[in-house]
Parts: sequence; C-alpha cells; structure tokens
Amino acid sequence: MDRTRARPPRDLRPLVILLVALCAVALAGCESSAPQDFLNHPEGPIARKQDGLWDLVFAVAVAIFVIVESLLVYTVVRFRQKPGRQAAQFHGNTKVEIILTLVPSLILAAIAVPTVKTIFELAEEPPGAMQVTVTARQFWWEYRYEDQQVVTANELHIPVDTPIRLRLEGADVIHSFWVPRLAGKQDVVPGRINFLTIEADDPGEYLGQCTEFCGASHANMRLRVYAHEQKDFDRWLADQQKPADVDLASRGADLFMNGTCVNCHAIGGTDAAARTGPDLTHFASRNTFAGAMFDTNRENLVSWLADPPAMKPGSLMPDYGLSNEEIDALVEFLLSLE
Amino acid sequence: MATHEAAVAAPHEHHTSTGIDNAKLAMWTFLGSECLFFGSFISTYLLYRNRVHSGPTPHEIYDIPYTSVSSFVLLMSSLTMVLALAAIQRGDHRAVRSWLLATAMLGTVFIGGQIYEFTTFVEEGLTLTTSTFGSAFFVLTGFHGAHVTVGILMLLTLYGMSLSGRLTEKDTRPVEYIGLYWHFVDIVWIIIFTVIYLVPTNS
Amino acid sequence: MATAALPRRRGLLARPTAKTGVWGWITTVDHKKIGILYGVTAFIFFILGGLEAVVVRLQLARPDSTVLDAEMYNQFFTMHGLTMIFLVIMPMGVALMNYFIPIMIGARDVAFPRLNAFSYWVFVAGGIFLYSSFFLGGAPSGGWFGYAPLSRQLPGNGMDYYSIGLQILGIASLAGAINFVVTILNMRAPGMSFMKMPVFIWMSLVTSFLLVFAMPVIAVALFQLMFDRVYEANFFNPAAGGDPLLWQHLFWVFGHPEVYILILPAMGIVSEVLPTFSRKPIFGYAAIVFAGIAIGFMGWGVWAHHMFVAGLGPVANAAFAISTMFIAVPTGVKIFNWVGTMWKGSLRITAPFLFAVGFVAMFVIGGLSGVTHAIVPSDTQQTDTYYIVAHFHYVLFGGAIFGIFSGLYYWWPKIFGWTLSEGIGKLHFWLMFIGFNLAFGPMHILGLQGMPRRIYTYPDGMGWNIWNLVSTAGALVIALATLVFLVNVVVSKARRQEAGDDPWDARTLEWSIPSPPPEYNFLEVPEVKQRDDWWHRKYVETPHGAPARVFAGGADGDHDDDGHDIHLPSPSYFPALSAIGLPVLGWGTIYYNTPMMIAGGLWTLLALFGWAFEPSAEEHH
Ligand code: HEA
Ligand code: HEA
Ligand code: HEC
Ligand code: CUA
Ligand SMILES: [Cu+2]
Repeated sequence: MDRTRARPPRDLRPLVILLVALCAVALAGCESSAPQDFLNHPEGPIARKQDGLWDLVFAVAVAIFVIVESLLVYTVVRFRQKPGRQAAQFHGNTKVEIILTLVPSLILAAIAVPTVKTIFELAEEPPGAMQVTVTARQFWWEYRYEDQQVVTANELHIPVDTPIRLRLEGADVIHSFWVPRLAGKQDVVPGRINFLTIEADDPGEYLGQCTEFCGASHANMRLRVYAHEQKDFDRWLADQQKPADVDLASRGADLFMNGTCVNCHAIGGTDAAARTGPDLTHFASRNTFAGAMFDTNRENLVSWLADPPAMKPGSLMPDYGLSNEEIDALVEFLLSLE
Repeated sequence: MATHEAAVAAPHEHHTSTGIDNAKLAMWTFLGSECLFFGSFISTYLLYRNRVHSGPTPHEIYDIPYTSVSSFVLLMSSLTMVLALAAIQRGDHRAVRSWLLATAMLGTVFIGGQIYEFTTFVEEGLTLTTSTFGSAFFVLTGFHGAHVTVGILMLLTLYGMSLSGRLTEKDTRPVEYIGLYWHFVDIVWIIIFTVIYLVPTNS
Repeated sequence: MATAALPRRRGLLARPTAKTGVWGWITTVDHKKIGILYGVTAFIFFILGGLEAVVVRLQLARPDSTVLDAEMYNQFFTMHGLTMIFLVIMPMGVALMNYFIPIMIGARDVAFPRLNAFSYWVFVAGGIFLYSSFFLGGAPSGGWFGYAPLSRQLPGNGMDYYSIGLQILGIASLAGAINFVVTILNMRAPGMSFMKMPVFIWMSLVTSFLLVFAMPVIAVALFQLMFDRVYEANFFNPAAGGDPLLWQHLFWVFGHPEVYILILPAMGIVSEVLPTFSRKPIFGYAAIVFAGIAIGFMGWGVWAHHMFVAGLGPVANAAFAISTMFIAVPTGVKIFNWVGTMWKGSLRITAPFLFAVGFVAMFVIGGLSGVTHAIVPSDTQQTDTYYIVAHFHYVLFGGAIFGIFSGLYYWWPKIFGWTLSEGIGKLHFWLMFIGFNLAFGPMHILGLQGMPRRIYTYPDGMGWNIWNLVSTAGALVIALATLVFLVNVVVSKARRQEAGDDPWDARTLEWSIPSPPPEYNFLEVPEVKQRDDWWHRKYVETPHGAPARVFAGGADGDHDDDGHDIHLPSPSYFPALSAIGLPVLGWGTIYYNTPMMIAGGLWTLLALFGWAFEPSAEEHH
C-alpha cells in the first residue's frame, strides 16, 4: 500500500472543480429572490410548515450528497492505476454492508416522523376558517364567496391572519391552484372536490399560477392573491357586494346586453347572468384580466376584444370580428364597471 | 404462435436450464402478464359499475340465468380441451380432432351468446357511450370475447395441423400450450362472471 | 437450432437465405444483428428527441420568446418525453440486452429468435407511426403521461396517435421481455447457476419481469383512452361520472415501475464496467443482486407519489411517502457497493469507466432530489415545477444515458472488432458531463423559484431569466458532446484499431470469444465453473490475494473453424412482414377507415400464420 498524497490526476480535476462549483451555484441560486420563489420565503403559517420540512430534508440531502460524492471522488483519485499497485481481491464486507443499509434506513425513519405528522396537520380544517369556492376553467379562475354573495375572477382577495379554506371545484380539465408563498399546490379535479388552506401574515400581493398542464394556455393561467388588513378587506367586500352601476343607455351596454357578450358573462344587477366567462360586475376594479395576464387598461382591452385567442392562445372566448367603433364602446363600458 | 416459435427455437426441451420447455415458460409468463391486463379492466369495472348517470343499471339489464348457461358452455369447453390433450397423448387422432372441434364449437357458442347479449343490451339502451358502466362492461367483456376468438382460431389451426398430419404424439406441445391459454381464458371468465353478474350492485 | 418435431413441409414463403446486404438485415433473426439494429434506431431517435429538446430550450432561453407558439411547444415537449423514454432509453437497453444476454450466459441465441426480430420491427413500426403524426395534422400535445380528461378532449388526432402508438410500442416491449425472461431462465450454459450470473444479466431479468407486469396496465389505460377518443366511451368523461384519477392510477402503476425499467439496465452495465476497470470482483455481489430485486418489488408500491396533490387524502399520502422514501435503501446499497468495488482497486481511468463513475455521481444527485419529493408537504411546493424536471433528468440522463454510453464504450470493441478513440471518448465525457450539469443543475433552482414545468413561455421579472439562459447553453453543449461521439465513431472506424478478443482484460464470458463474435457465438458451449468465469480462467489468486496470470488469454477454440455444423435458425421475412400491419390498423382506426383496418389486421394475421408454418431451417442441411 503506497502512502502518496492523493492528488487529482489531470483527467479528474474537472470532476472535483465541477462538484464544488455545483454546490456553490446551488447555494448562490437559493439566495436570489423572485416573486414566486417559495424557498426561504414562506409568508404564512402553512407555507412556513412546508418550508420547515424542506429545510430539514434539504440539509440531510446535502449532507449525504457531500459525504457520498467526496467518498466517490476520493476513491477514484486515491486508487487510480499506478505502477506497482495491486488490486486487492476481496468480494465484500458483511459488516460494512449491514451498517450502510441500516444507517440510511434510520435516517429515513427519522425524516418520516415529522413528514407524516405534518401531512396530517395540514390535512385538517383549521378553526375559524373563511370559505371561498374556487372553480378552475380553461384558462382562468372563478372565486365565489358564497356567504358574502360575491363572485370575482383571477384575483383573490383575503384578510390577513385568517386561514382561508378554498373549496376547489373542477370544471373542464385538471388544473392546480398554487400561490407558492402562501401554501403548496392542490389539483382542481373535475368531478371531485379538493380543499386547500392558505393564510397570509402580512398585507400584500402574492403571485401564483396554474401548475397542472391544462392545454394551450396553461402558461397563461396565472392568478394573484391580495391580502388586506381585515377592515380594508371588509371595505373591498362591501364594494363587490354592490350591484354594478351601469348606464344601460350607453352604446357599450347596448352592445353587451343585446350582443353576444351576454351569452357568457354575468353583470350583477343586470339580466346578464351567464357563467361561461368571468363575472364582470366589478371588472374595472380588477388590476388584471384574462388569467391575471394583462393589466386592465384601455389598449389591452381593445386588443383583447379585437381577437382574444390571438392575445391568449386557445382562449375559449372567440373573436367576434367587432368593429373598432363597437370595441371602443365596449371598452368604455367595461372600464365603467368599477 | 408461441408454440411453433418454440418448435423452431427449442429442439431439446429436456436441455433447458430449468427443465421447463421454452414455449411453456413463455406461455406462463404471457399469462402472468394477462392477469394484470384483465385485473386492470376488472378494477375499472368495479370502480364504475355503480356510476350510472343515464341508461339502465346493471341489475336492470343483466339476465343472469342466460349468462350462467353460456358460462357453463365455456366451462365445458375446458373439459373437452383436456380430453383433446389426453387423446393426442394416446395418439388417437380421430378423437383429437373431434375433441378439438368440440372445444372450438363450444367456444363459438359462447361467442354467439355474447353477441346476442350485446345486441339485446343495445336494444335495451345500454351502449359503450351510455354511461361509464356501459363503457366498462362492453370493453371488459369485449376483450375477453376477443381472447376467446383468438383461442378458437388457434384450435381450428390445430385441427388443420391434425388433418395434414402435422400433429403427432411425438410432439404434443402445441395442443398442451394452446390448452393452457384456453383454460386461462376460461378461468378469467369465471372471475368476470362472478364480479360482473353475481356481486350485487348497490343500485 | 431447429426442430426435429415437425416433419418437412412447404411454407407460405421459402426461407430467405441472404445473410448480408439490406435483405440480410431485414430478415435477420441473429440476436447480435438485431441488437445493432435496435441501437442504431434508438440513437437516431435520440437525435430527434434531443433536437426537440434543444428547440424547447431555445424557446425558454428568454422570457416572452416566440421560437415556438403554444401549440407547437406542447407538441415538442410531449414528443421529446415520449421519444426519450419509449424510443431511446428502453430500446437502447434492449439493444445491449439483445446483444449480450445470450453471450454472457453462454448461449447461441435468444429463446425465440424470430419473436426477437418481431419485437424490433414492431418497435420501428410504432416509432414511425408516432412520428407520422407530425405530418398528419399534429403530434400528441398532452404531456408524456397524457392526463385525462385533457388527453380525452384535446382537438385533432395527436392524442389518438399517442394512445395507439404507445400501444404498438407496448407489444414490442412485451414480446421482447417474455423472450428475455425465457432466455435468461432457460438458456444458461451448463454450470451458470443464478448466483453465478453477471449482474447485468440479473438486472436484465428484473427489468424484463417489470415489463411483463407493467405493460398490460398501461395497455388497459391506453385502450380506455382510445375508446374514449375514437368511439365516445366514457371512461374519463367527468360529465358521465368518469374519474380522472383512474387514468392517473393506471398510468403510474405502470409509470413508476417503468422508471426502474429505464435505470436497472444502466445499473447492470455499471456493475460490469466498474469491476473490470478496478481489476476487482464486484463488492457484495449478493447484496447488489438482491437490492436490484428489492427495487423491482418496491417499485410497485410507490406509484401514488406522482399524485401527492391530486387529493388522495392524508392516509394514502403518508403511506406512499414512506414506501417511496425507503426505496432509497436498496438503491443506496448499490451505490455503496459500487464505491466498495473501486475501493483498494487499481482503477484504469478509461472512457467507459468515466461514464460509469459519472453515472454514480449524477444518479446520487437525482436520487436525493427524488427523496425530497417523497416529503409530501414540501413536494406540494415542488411538484410540477422545474425541480421535478431536474430530478428526472438527473436520473434519466445522468443515470440511464451515462450508463448506456458507458456500455457503448465498453462493449464497442466486442461488437465491431475495433475500439473507439479513448482521447475523443474522454473529451466526449467531459463535454457531456459539463453540458449536462449546466443544463439541468439550474433547473433545481428554477423549480425552487417557482417556475412550473410545461409552460411555453414566462414573463420577464419572475427572476427566471439567468438560469434559463444557462440551461439552454448547457443543452447546446450536450448537443456538441453528442456530435463529438459521432465524430469519434467516424474517426475510429477510419483508424480501425483492432481490438482483439479481450481488450480490457475483462471478467465475463463475452470476452472469451472473438470480436466481433461469430454468428454462433461459441464454438462449443462453455462449461461455467464460477462467477466471472473468464477472469478465473485467466488468473489464479496467489496466497496473498493477488491475481496471477495463468495463460495468455485470447478466445477459446481456433478461429479458422467456421462452425458450419452448428445449426442456427435461418432468417425469416415474417417478423418484419407481420409488423407492417399494425400501423396500418392504427391509421385505419384513427380515420374510421374500416377497409384499412381490415387490411392491416388481416395482413398481420396472415403473416403470423405464415410465420407459424414457416418450414424450419432443417432443410438447408
Ligand atoms: C430513471 C428513472 C427514475 C429513477 C431511478 C427515479 C428514482 C426515484 N424517484 Fe423519480 N421520477 C422519474 C424518474 C425516476 N425516478 C421521472 C421520469 C419522474 C417524473 C415523471 C413526470 O412527472 O413526468 C419522477 C418523479 C418522481 C416523483 C414525483 C414528483 C412529483 O411529480 O411531485 C417522486 C416523488 O416521490 C420521485 C421519487 C423518486 C425516488 C424516491 C427515487 C429513488 O429510487 C431514488 C433512490 C436513490 C437515492 C436516494 C440516491 C442513492 C442513495 C444513497 C446515497 C443512500 C443514502 C440516501 C438516503 C438515506 C436518502 N420521482
Ligand atoms: C431519457 C430521457 C430524457 C433525456 C435524455 C432528456 C434530454 C433532454 N431534455 Fe428532457 N424530458 C424527458 C426525458 C428526457 N429528456 C421527459 C420524460 C420529460 C417530460 C415531458 C413531459 O413533461 O411530458 C422531459 C422534459 C424536458 C423539459 C421540460 C419541458 C417542459 O416541462 O416544458 C426540458 C426543458 O428544458 C427538457 C430538456 C432536455 C434537454 C435539453 C435534454 C438534452 O439532454 C438533450 C440532449 C440531446 C441532444 C441535444 C441531441 C444530440 C444530437 C444533436 C443535436 C447532434 C446534432 C445533429 C445531428 C448530428 C444531425 N426535457
Ligand atoms: C363563448 C363565450 C364568451 C362570449 C360570447 C364572450 N366572452 Fe368574454 N370571456 C369568455 C371567457 C371564457 C373568458 C376567459 C378567457 C381567459 O381568461 O382565458 C372571457 C374573458 C373576458 C374578459 C376578461 C375578464 C377577466 O377578468 O379575465 C372580458 C373583459 C370579456 N371576456 C369581455 C367580453 C365581451 C365585451 C364580450 C362580447 C363582445 C364577450 N366577452 C363575449 C367567454 C366569452
Ligand atoms: Cu390550468 Cu394549467
Ligand atoms: Cu415514480
């Protein structure tokens, strides 16, 4: 057995460098921040629970990674062919093998305990939760505050420090509701009813999106959650509960009510009550539209009405070949729906 | 087909490492695979048999005495299959032919019965598209029927081989292995019959 | 090898005699030629699937880019996944199994040579059928696991091609698997008891059994999807009470064993390569074998870990979390035993060895991320993000592909008689290793930053720009590495450095015969005395455990005997012929063209009959 220091031979140095680089990169990356970055950015108790488990498992994984990889690299470097080196001819080592089977088992058993515990904790409905029914459709979200008689789309408003029990109802295909910083995701499955609890510590805007592949505009099925102090939330509710004050005499209202729009959209307080498309009662009070994809402003709306599928591939709102004059009138009308 | 493949590939069946003839082992492996095939369809049926959003429900439409009879016919075909194998081993070629034919006949009667059952169901308003129950029923029993049909084809092939003197007591494997397949398809039917017709639905 | 059981007779077609040229390849039933056919075809598909991936990466390189529109993107990533899994890794494994299972167990061919050819041609037919969709109105676009009800509702014929194409490929896999099971159980040379079989053979056996039991399950799911789409059945129609989760259960009951089907052959390869280049027997043979079997069994009890957010409830989630985590134990055993194999060895750092070590290094990363998925609460954050995409590329590319390249470099000299250039080989490895980590390492971060998978574009300002760019660059490096491999083949072929029978001074039977092996593999069937029989024929252990050469090595038997008195099955038209009918039947079904369906069905049926009554090889003698 020769005792020469193990220096990486030329053709192995890249391996060492790379593995080090890899960890460095990984750590660097974790620090960078992004609106949907949930890693180390839990903004509520549920996300915090999940993040806690992640931290534990990630630590264990990194430890095992470092141990195993360095053992591997060491072996390859240390025992590479050298003049006069003889390969020791042994077939195994029962003791070592048993240990190396038990240790992982124990580590895993240790992880399993908090895992199972958390699974059951997160499954039960928290007391005093507020109920909202979420219906996922290609490619937008409908939120119904059943008790408060409010229907809105894509932008979910919630009070802070209150667990929100979302009742997820599927309509067409499977979607998945996800607001990373508030909670993990939950599929919305047609023919089934799933539940998801979210909760925010502080007021603010939280981004999310659909994470189950649902067709052409899966990428464009985004959503937002606005968390408010209780009193602001109550004010928002009050506003939403009001029927739309529409000037039915206006050209836009006329086009809407006697055109095709009324076949799919509802406007509270008018006889437009269809549910195929988003409820527009307080459309203009929403910052974004069409799956939280576009800011609600004149030019976006103009191009939307000009040809929805062109703006949003596969959108189920067809192009009605409206004239510019009609579009302007309709946009005027839509923007009046505060 | 496996049988003849084996005839080409494994001349000395006594020389295989396990002592089991290649084609026999292949047939058993294949039947193992078939278990999961029918297992999955049967599970689907169990999941769906009570989901009748429209159209007739199982117990409205099933005619258990009728199906029991055709099931009995299929069961009998296993008996005649056994007799066919015994005959070839004795080298009694006239008997082989008549038993093979009898087995094929019984199988055909069963298929005829199934076709009749399907048509009456369709008339009574249960089709592939009526309900999940309808889909599950027709596809499961349909695939079993397809298996029986393939079996009948193979039996008739054996009959032809016997006529042209290709079936000798020196090599009884073709009869033996097609027999294996035939018995398997029968057993599967017994399970399907129990699960579909005898287990009560909660409607 | 032909029967004495059936008397002489005429068949539908006389048996072909050409052993060379195009017809030689089309009608061959030689497991070695079929292996090569599998390999070449799978590699072509690797380039196709890779190019699809590169286009996907180009689209994702920058926010709001327009290389592909939504619909095309969905077709590309779906076909990429399907291609890589069903048309690249599975057939690549089959290629090496085909070539080496018989040789490594001391047999002259597989149990059913024509069935073997049939599997290949059906695989080709399935691949062509699937890709024909691109020219017939659009490829599948529902993702490789085609979740219902979306897969049922997607317009066009794409998902019809999915349901029928995979069905055809399934027939090929099932036939091949049964063939391998019988071959390994029944065709072992005298003395080759189970515990003397090379680990590669063991892993092939487990893989084949997994295929035998997994294929029928997806067959059922695909039939149900086909009936839904083509004949308006209601299996996955929520409106009629159809349950979308039925598809998920059926698919993943197949799907998870499937992922072990993809990795076990690679694990077998690595278990052959490492001992050879460490000049040591494998560490803990029994443990490695039983770990493989354990993985095979446990693989059936974890499928719902793909459904942690589908709403199965806490009890099911907890159960599947635990079963999933504990699969890490047998896998860990393998990892540690591979390290143990190198420990105190004398390691020759060659291209195949580097790929094998790369496999171990990268698979550990993929495996560990896999275990983090098993932690349900944090998986609800990870699932369907790029963190998952990272996981499975580390196990599939870092695992399966690295393992397969290791096997290619290792066995190339045996297959073709000349060696691939070590220099270019190492360049290939390092380029691929770097490109691979550049491409997929950042996906971990992207996933944790909340980037969902299967999105054709993303807006600026999500913080995903840099890492997506890096990943795309990595993909291009991988492409370059792949080109380097192709260059290596061309250059080395021109240079034609003769390999000799046993270039690596290896351990198993395939190295005891000439390179390339004669059609009959072994002049006389070897008598196996111990594990690594060939090694022990070359070396004895001196008292202090060091190996001492006993004889000069080289193939047994003299090469100038052409073994003409060894009976091998003669070539046949029927395997290829019977395959042709299937895609025709498929097209007929999709386009409601009954004559076409009947034609395709009858054609295959007739070919099978012709096959059944094909005169045996006997008559040539
Ligand atoms: C080659 C294929 C392959 C392999 C081998 C694996 C191996 C594993 N996979 Fe992977 N997996 C896939 C292919 C594969 N996977 C694919 C394709 C998908 C995505 C499908 C899709 O959605 O498209 C997927 C998805 C997937 C999911 C679903 C994620 C989600 O969608 O939410 C999960 C969840 O548990 C999972 C877990 C595992 C585990 C625990 C292993 C284990 O077998 C890993 C075991 C190995 C190790 C752990 C490393 C070595 C061990 C040690 C060094 C010992 C010490 C270790 C410990 C004590 C932890 N995989
Ligand atoms: C073994 C399996 C395997 C392999 C090897 C790969 C290889 C690659 N994969 Fe793949 N991938 C999957 C299996 C695999 N993938 C699966 C199952 C999915 C899930 C699909 C789904 O969600 O349904 C997926 C999804 C997937 C995605 C996610 C798409 C999405 O969710 O939107 C991405 C994105 O970057 C990606 C990228 C890549 C890249 C860059 C490679 C590269 O490594 C490719 C490298 C190969 C080449 C670059 C080709 C080499 C050849 C050349 C280019 C040479 C030049 C040409 C000539 C000589 C003519 N893959
Ligand atoms: C066939 C049904 C249908 C008709 C008719 C229809 N829409 Fe729509 N509309 C939809 C759907 C579906 C969406 C959601 C599209 C998406 O987000 O993918 C939508 C979205 C919208 C939105 C964005 C709402 C939001 O908050 O996201 C507006 C505004 C709108 N439609 C206005 C109109 C007007 C004005 C007309 C009449 C010219 C009209 N729609 C006709 C189905 C319809
Ligand atoms: Cu909805 Cu993806
Ligand atoms: Cu899995």
